Amino acid sequence: MVDVTPADAVPPAEVGEVELYHPHSWWTKYVFSQDAKVIAVQYAATATAIGLVALVLSWLMRLQLGFPGTFDFITPEAYYQFITVHGMIMVIYLLTALFLGGFGNYLIPLMVGARDMVFPYVNMLSYWIYLLAVLVLVSSFFAPGGPTGAGWTLYPPQAIMSGTPGGQDWGIILMLSSLILFIVGFTMGGLNYVVTVLQGRTRGMTLMRLPLTVWGIFTATVMALLAFPALFVACVMMLLDRVLGTSFFMPAIVEMGTQLQHNGGSPILFQHLFWFFGHPEVYIVALPAFGIVSDLISTHARKNIFGYRMMVWAIIAIGALSFVVWAHHMYVSGMNPYFGFFFATTTLIIAVPTAIKVYNWVLTLWRGDIHLTIPMLFALAFIVTFVNGGLTGLFLGNVVVDVPLSDTMFVVAHFHMVMGVAPILVIFGAIYHWYPKVTGRMLDETLGRFHFWVTFVGAYLIFFPMHYLGLMGVPRRYAELTDMTIMTDSARHLNSFISIMAFIVGFAQMVFLFNLIWSIRHGREAGGNPWRATTLEWQTPQTPPAHGNFGKELPIVYRWAYDYSVPGAKEDFIPQNVPGDFAPSREPA
Amino acid sequence: MAETTMTHTSQMEPRPAGWRGIAADWASDQRAFKNVSWGKAMMWIFLLSDTFIFGCFLLSYMTARISTRVPWPNPSEVFALRIGGSEIPLILIAIMTFVLISSSGTMAMAVNFGYRRDRRKTAILMLLTAALGATFVGMQAFEWTKLITEGVRPWGNPWGAAQFGSCFFMITGFHGTHVTIGVIFLIIVARKVWRGDFDIGRPGFFTSRRGRYENVEIMGLYWHFVDLVWVFIFAFFYLW
Repeated sequence: MVDVTPADAVPPAEVGEVELYHPHSWWTKYVFSQDAKVIAVQYAATATAIGLVALVLSWLMRLQLGFPGTFDFITPEAYYQFITVHGMIMVIYLLTALFLGGFGNYLIPLMVGARDMVFPYVNMLSYWIYLLAVLVLVSSFFAPGGPTGAGWTLYPPQAIMSGTPGGQDWGIILMLSSLILFIVGFTMGGLNYVVTVLQGRTRGMTLMRLPLTVWGIFTATVMALLAFPALFVACVMMLLDRVLGTSFFMPAIVEMGTQLQHNGGSPILFQHLFWFFGHPEVYIVALPAFGIVSDLISTHARKNIFGYRMMVWAIIAIGALSFVVWAHHMYVSGMNPYFGFFFATTTLIIAVPTAIKVYNWVLTLWRGDIHLTIPMLFALAFIVTFVNGGLTGLFLGNVVVDVPLSDTMFVVAHFHMVMGVAPILVIFGAIYHWYPKVTGRMLDETLGRFHFWVTFVGAYLIFFPMHYLGLMGVPRRYAELTDMTIMTDSARHLNSFISIMAFIVGFAQMVFLFNLIWSIRHGREAGGNPWRATTLEWQTPQTPPAHGNFGKELPIVYRWAYDYSVPGAKEDFIPQNVPGDFAPSREPA
Repeated sequence: MAETTMTHTSQMEPRPAGWRGIAADWASDQRAFKNVSWGKAMMWIFLLSDTFIFGCFLLSYMTARISTRVPWPNPSEVFALRIGGSEIPLILIAIMTFVLISSSGTMAMAVNFGYRRDRRKTAILMLLTAALGATFVGMQAFEWTKLITEGVRPWGNPWGAAQFGSCFFMITGFHGTHVTIGVIFLIIVARKVWRGDFDIGRPGFFTSRRGRYENVEIMGLYWHFVDLVWVFIFAFFYLW
């Protein structure tokens, strides 16, 4: 099948031109803007700012773990608050918000050839509610008792008991309220992303011609719309447990010698609700990364993506399967052991579509014209890191292997590799790739390469030793480990080493931030299509694109997004909006 | 957004048969759901997400109910009203359900008259729907008051499992909030219909988008959904 439309066979427009609200003042242009691109930058800036808080928190944690007893201000209570807020910010307020709110808002309308999101006003509200959620979260640092220290999973009963920091203070209340706000705000944005992809595409843009970036973000958004409800319900119920004294999650329990008022609740119910959200959340973060990395590899290897259709179906299959694996996070929770068998099986089945994706990335690279640009470096780094994290996932997906490894540093190493470092590498690659479109200027190459190598090598030096620590039995979430017998000399030295590496990698991120700001004014002029890419966002008449994205006429799509190095074509890429009758398109595999 | 046009089937490429054909239909040009406007698609997807919220609430309630070791209060006794000297089980709930289902009927009629561009009847029927919805919420408030005076609290009640009160207040409260929001929006849309906004294409106050009579139908989707959810709450909470 050659997926190219001849110029005279373009289907007619099914939807007329939309009305856009054009800004009248500075406020409606830059602050209360309804332009998805401005909202995207707002999302990205907010996520980065709160992400920096989480980065600092991770330094504080590493100070305590690497040099125990040296820093008096890091009490065990503070340590728990640091890990909790670090995890929560990184997973939800940074990764989810940046991938879907940031990249989703910027790329979806441009890539599908739309003027904007379908409901720009709702889209704008989405950002402001997200900002409110972030502010509520930050406010918990200044509340009496500080933020919650329940761990990012917020497991009851401990999350709302007085022994946990913030449990009987404001911490947990603010955390749950912030999550509820986040979900409300996300739903507003998410509905926009989904409807824009399904119903707002330009002429000729079938779903099977979408760039994989859009497929990844779209599927992740659909999943988020179905997974966040479980977290919403869990948050509401725990809030009621904490504020009104209900007993949804609280069994009869004795605290410090006194019987609490609670009776008959089920902590495992919370775990089921939480992980029904929590596991899809992993893929909500991973699928946009999968999509983006596919486009980065194809563009920078000047080759069509291998097995486009299989890539799409793999994304959908992973999305669907991720809803039936949640209890593999609960092997040691005390649930029915037969569940473990079922969930281990489904978990391992996910490896199949995931492996298809990895093979297809590698096959795309094979005999490609690989340009080792910074986005490409990050994409390559992603593949190896993701395979690494995925392999330890096979360990943890099996019940018998998971039980002894539960709650050790091995788990920390696994999820940081697979859903921490790997998606962050893609985010970096994507920023280097699309920054020229957003600002019109290139990021500085030298600083970029420095940033890449320190981040990539450093991340391995941080998280690889953790596998070893975990296999030795070093538990996670312990503020103080020195006196334990498992803390041999090698373990202690490794801990210090990891901490030092964490600071070095953190410093590299400061260089990156400097690069981001400095290049806005001083970067090299990029032009409209510096990577010679095929997708529609590079074909806009202005760079950065104006409000409404495209000129008077919306582009018409004649081909898929991966016509690189087509034999017989004048250039080594054919943009999607170039009619199909002058050069044959390579067959999708 | 402008009017949607019908799909030009004559121009469509021939589709492959079987599953491939189904995939090709879904993936087809510009729109996955032909002749479905953006607003309607968005409402459907929102309702799907909301279904998961109510589903999680109801599943949590069922988990609590089947796992409690203390007896669950008997709904037909708890929700009985003493009328004329005899206890009539579930009578208030029956009336509430009747009122809410009736409001779905008036809503459907409003949608019908909306597409006929009968401003007056559409607005009246929408306000009638809102009135029925408000009546429902009012009766729910009465029920809450009755139970609270009888000693039911979120953290306990005189008859058995503490989760009875927790689940009752949480689920009916969440549903009642949905109805209340629906009533508010019904009044807003009814006002727009009455004023003729959809006839003259007056831009919205916040969104500066021009509304269409389809907005009545989208409002109706939400309203029918809230009714449907009530049927499940009725079945699982009161009849179980």
